[in-house]
Amino acid sequence: MNTITQASRGERLAIIERSLASRHRQEKRFRRLGLAAVVTGMVLVLILFASILMRGLPAFWQATFYLDIHFDSDIVNVSERPIQQEGESNADFRERDFTWQSEVGRVNWQQLIDNALAEALGEEIEPQQTRDLRALVTSAERRTLRDRFIEDQSLLGETHTIKLLASANVDVWIKGNINRDLPDSQQQLSAQTREWADHLYEEGVITNAFSTALFLNTDSRSSLASAGLAGAFMGSLFMMLIVMLLSIPIGVASAIYLEEFAPKNRLTDLIEININNLAAVPSIVFGLLGAAIFIGYLRLPLSAPLVGGLVLTLMTLPTIIIATRAALRSIPNSIRQAALGMGASKVQTVFHHVLPLALPGILTGSILGVAQALGETAPLLLIGMNAFVSNIPATPFDQASALPVQIYLWQGNELRNFFEARTSAAIIVLLALMLSLNALAIWLRKKLETRW
Amino acid sequence: MTTATVTVPTAMHKSEQRSDSHQQGQVKMSTRGVKVFYGDSQALHGIDLDIVENEVIAFIGPSGCGKSTFLRCLNRMNDTIPGCRVEGDVTLDGNDIYAPSLDVVLLRAQVGIVFQKPNPFPKSIYENIAYGPRLHGLASRRAELDEVVERSLRRAGLWDEVKDRLDQPGTSLSGGQQQRLCIARTIAISPEVILMDEPCSALDPIATAKIEQLIDELSASYTIAMVTHNMQQAARVAHKTAFFHMGDMVEVGDTDKIFTNPEDQRTHDYITGRFG
Ligand SMILES: Nc1ncnc2c1ncn2[C@@H]1O[C@H](COP(=O)(O)OP(=O)(O)OP(=O)(O)O)[C@@H](O)[C@H]1O
Ligand SMILES: [Mg+2]
Repeated sequence: MNTITQASRGERLAIIERSLASRHRQEKRFRRLGLAAVVTGMVLVLILFASILMRGLPAFWQATFYLDIHFDSDIVNVSERPIQQEGESNADFRERDFTWQSEVGRVNWQQLIDNALAEALGEEIEPQQTRDLRALVTSAERRTLRDRFIEDQSLLGETHTIKLLASANVDVWIKGNINRDLPDSQQQLSAQTREWADHLYEEGVITNAFSTALFLNTDSRSSLASAGLAGAFMGSLFMMLIVMLLSIPIGVASAIYLEEFAPKNRLTDLIEININNLAAVPSIVFGLLGAAIFIGYLRLPLSAPLVGGLVLTLMTLPTIIIATRAALRSIPNSIRQAALGMGASKVQTVFHHVLPLALPGILTGSILGVAQALGETAPLLLIGMNAFVSNIPATPFDQASALPVQIYLWQGNELRNFFEARTSAAIIVLLALMLSLNALAIWLRKKLETRW
Repeated sequence: MTTATVTVPTAMHKSEQRSDSHQQGQVKMSTRGVKVFYGDSQALHGIDLDIVENEVIAFIGPSGCGKSTFLRCLNRMNDTIPGCRVEGDVTLDGNDIYAPSLDVVLLRAQVGIVFQKPNPFPKSIYENIAYGPRLHGLASRRAELDEVVERSLRRAGLWDEVKDRLDQPGTSLSGGQQQRLCIARTIAISPEVILMDEPCSALDPIATAKIEQLIDELSASYTIAMVTHNMQQAARVAHKTAFFHMGDMVEVGDTDKIFTNPEDQRTHDYITGRFG
């Protein structure tokens, strides 16, 4: 027999050395492969982030007029705002005030804007030019003037510089998001409007100002420039609250039961398999299920964050259960044995020792599950959350949209060269929310982690 | 067999004490026909054993012969192992500990266990000790707890080493200190019987000597059953020794007799190092 054990010492070392070289090569190869994979991933993520930021960031600044509005008392010709009389009931007073507000609403505010624009341009506006003039400021800004006046009637007869959003097309034109050399027929603005816009931009009447509208307004169809994320944001917020309040307690409790208390038998095996399968079910299926159960059967309102939250809860539960079970399983059995050996009951063992140790893992898993739900779009489309909603929802029962759905809706808007940037801006907001959730998860993990 | 390198001063003490306990020995725990199954495989084939009060009994035997399994039967830690089934009778002070009416929590407060691998809770040293008394409502006020903690740590010979760092995690101690912490934790609930599964297997000779001395002192007030692979250790601390082999208890008797004049050939072979 010529085995390694009989070889001389030198031969043995030579054999080991030869195998060493190949082992080192293998190790190096693996390390390089791993590094390459990580670098590729990082580069792709960087490209993604860079492209979104590059496209989205400009949308946070929006073409804005600083117009000297003269609250002409001939145009704003309304009666005094009512004052509550002694002995008058609140309801009666509110009724009178409401009548007054409708009167204010009927004022021709557009005329004030037109006048201010004419003043800024230093031109007489011919009646046939009115259309071109009104294409400058976005239509919803009439209401801004009305609201300012309702807030403060001392404006009457005064001239005030007021911030008004330019129309979406002016924004596109000023930012150069449309080819300036296109012929008139393919431009979205008339030649006259474009000339005025350029002129006002040079004069500093139009500037690129930080867009509060993006954050404070709801979506808009008639006045695209003032379309904002507030409604969708609140919708998402309500849904997240519902998802957290429902899926974390239910998910964590079921995971604790399954992992620590349930007997190991066919039934629990079956449950385990089903939970794992549920985690892999496409989210749109949960949308169908939610539409059938919550809307079709339970008659909950369409487009409500309540229903969205319930559907996302269903979707998130398996993720949270799996993450929690993994966290519980990672706690060494010796801890359980120690507690049981001290005479702790099973519940005490779990709540005094196992759960506190598993908490960082459970929270991380749960928050990541919730973050995933935050970005979910498909199931929400099926329960009507893509409906156009012009109010900020005040309760989870009101109609609302959601951030990812808003992104989807804006992405499909016809005014591409305005909404492309706005879509990316909405994506940035969504990503920022998710990153903060993930940061919260990491922070909690670091804070709660017990050193062994 | 070579003699142990560390001389244990308490060896004499043990011999003195044994003669008393021998005469007035009362059976503390007793097992009859204990069989244990892990799923379909049988680990113990009917063990009959009496453990006498205030005595130290050592379980020796080759690896895998069922010593730990038997030890765990004595405070029903086997209940926590899925698929494990115990048959036969185990009594504590004449009461069946597998009776349905018995509360395992109460049982484990009477029969404490120290595991082979030190497993302190990842909490402070103080909390490690205070946990049991608080759990069983034996002490609740801070002053009482302080006292229990100090007394237990002193008995486990750990007080001087840790008295200035009671708020540090128990897991920050050395292996031997952790093991003594686990013993202190068990003493803190004042059990009547202490089970120890190879308490010194991970320790150096000095830590081992400390624990052996501790066991010896504890035997004045507790009944102790310990598993050990170290035959010198059994010889040093145990009054009685039981030899296990392949799921059977082959022989039990006074330690001296087992080591000098065993009745069974297998015991003889084992202690002279022919197998195991
Ligand atoms: N949790 C378990 N599940 C299945 N079989 C087990 C389990 N624990 C022990 N056994 C089996 O029971 C038998 C006895 O094991 P036990 O741990 O009691 O031996 P031991 O005498 O303590 O050995 P050692 O000295 O190595 O600790 C072994 O054959 C072992 O494989
Ligand atoms: Mg063992």
